[in-house]
Amino acid sequence: MTIIRHELRQGRIAFAVWTASIAFLLILCILLFPEMKEEMGAVGKMFASMGSFTAAFGMDRLNFGTLTGFYAIECGNILGLGGAFFASLLGVSALAKEERNRTAEFLLTHPVSRARVAAEKLAAVLIQIAAMNLILLGLSLFSVKLIGEEIPWREILLMHGAYTLLQLELAGICFGISAFGRRGGAGIGLGLAAVLYFLNLIANMTKRAAFLKYLTPFGYCEGADLIADGRLSAGPAAAGILFGCIGIAAAFWLYCRKDMH
Amino acid sequence: MNKDKTAPAYAIRAGSLTKYYGRVRGIEQVSLTVAKGDFFGFIGPNGAGKSTTIRALLGLIRLDGGQAQIFDLDITKDRRRILERVGYLPSETAFYPGMRVRDVLKLSAGLRKKDCRESAGLLCERLQLDVSRRADELSLGNRKKTAIVCALQHEPELLILDEPTSGLDPLMQREFFEILRERSRLGTTIFLSSHVLSEVQHNCAHAAVIREGKIIAGGSVAELSRTGARRVSVRGRIALESLSGVKDLHLSPESADFLYSGDMQALLAVLAQGEVRDLSISEPELEEVFLHYYMEENSPEERGPQKGGDWK
Repeated sequence: MTIIRHELRQGRIAFAVWTASIAFLLILCILLFPEMKEEMGAVGKMFASMGSFTAAFGMDRLNFGTLTGFYAIECGNILGLGGAFFASLLGVSALAKEERNRTAEFLLTHPVSRARVAAEKLAAVLIQIAAMNLILLGLSLFSVKLIGEEIPWREILLMHGAYTLLQLELAGICFGISAFGRRGGAGIGLGLAAVLYFLNLIANMTKRAAFLKYLTPFGYCEGADLIADGRLSAGPAAAGILFGCIGIAAAFWLYCRKDMH
Repeated sequence: MNKDKTAPAYAIRAGSLTKYYGRVRGIEQVSLTVAKGDFFGFIGPNGAGKSTTIRALLGLIRLDGGQAQIFDLDITKDRRRILERVGYLPSETAFYPGMRVRDVLKLSAGLRKKDCRESAGLLCERLQLDVSRRADELSLGNRKKTAIVCALQHEPELLILDEPTSGLDPLMQREFFEILRERSRLGTTIFLSSHVLSEVQHNCAHAAVIREGKIIAGGSVAELSRTGARRVSVRGRIALESLSGVKDLHLSPESADFLYSGDMQALLAVLAQGEVRDLSISEPELEEVFLHYYMEENSPEERGPQKGGDWK
């Protein structure tokens, strides 16, 4: 528990900044919905006439005039990208920062096994992701109530659940990258999240690239699919869980064997 | 000191430790034993393999060959149990950003599941360490002091110190060695790695010398210092050409200063023939012995201006 507490303490400012930033944008979007709803006739036609761009963001299958459609596109992107960046940063720096900041020698010359260090660091990452998502969910529900709309419980919980899974997958993969050492920096984490996001946009634009949905966690977080199907797409979600688990297993395997610098 | 007859006699036993970093030599066939309660010096120039040996003993790096036990526990299989009994002071200390000294000490004690507040308080007082300072804003000396308290506060049975005095001012160095001597008297085994030979000479009972990854000498510090060589300082004019066994010669028209390991009668004869106004013959410092005898004898191909390697 000492390492978990230490990690949470070390990461508290980054956690507060990321959570506050995403929450601010999320709340702002929800508060804008009543105004957007009134102008939806013109906006909807405009969005529907943008070809591949419309498909890329799933706007061809969602009604921007409903709260769920609006939430899936606008809030989904904020939650998806923001959460993905934060989770990637957490994962990619969890183990690597000890070598990068030359604190590995301090930490690993205490009577704590490397497996325990990795486990507690992973637990701290998961706790931060869970805490951020709970806060964001709570604020979202509060904001929806604030604008006088009925809470679409199933859709909102499904979307938030999917994005939490996305963040856990990315954190797991980046945790694996982190075990490789000092060079696993923020750039790799942010870059990976961005690439996976754009892979999903490509997958949405053409059926020939639909297989990419199995590679990117943004595939099973597609708001249009979640609302239409009422559930997560099992195949891509299972693939995502597998990738995350592989990342975590690789981190433990490597971290327990490598030379520490 | 532990009086239990079944307790291991050795704090450290290492045999044929070998480590390569890719193709680069770390250490080769390093073997050494450190008795329980010993104050042991580990001497060598920078890059000789001192830190690699220590890092291997602490399980920070994986060995390519050899094995070692600390308190009869295997360094790879029983790493956690070993570290419970060890305090380690690294040569370079880095702490987590944003933490105060008291948080660092608390974290270190927490990782050991011990309440070390009393011991830490005493050490901080003796080392004049302000625990309210931010650890990432400390001077090199204060960082070192923080690391010293981390290494000592849980009162370990074995202290492994890697270049412990770098950054400490002379007064603090004196206080630090006083603390170490107190711990040594209480039975703590101390493994002191240093390139400052006077530290080893004045504090250690036994020592091993490492160079280019290999142990080249070992034994009691007194034995290691006993070479038969003498430091000779002469004011006046003497002709040294006929003398063999002269090293580290500093010659001017009116003086000569050298290490001499040849025949004493021959030296006296040369002195008698010269114009000597003042004469001093003394035992050389351990540092001189290592620089001009152990190091040269073990790597004759490297004789020259860099005789002892980079000792600073």
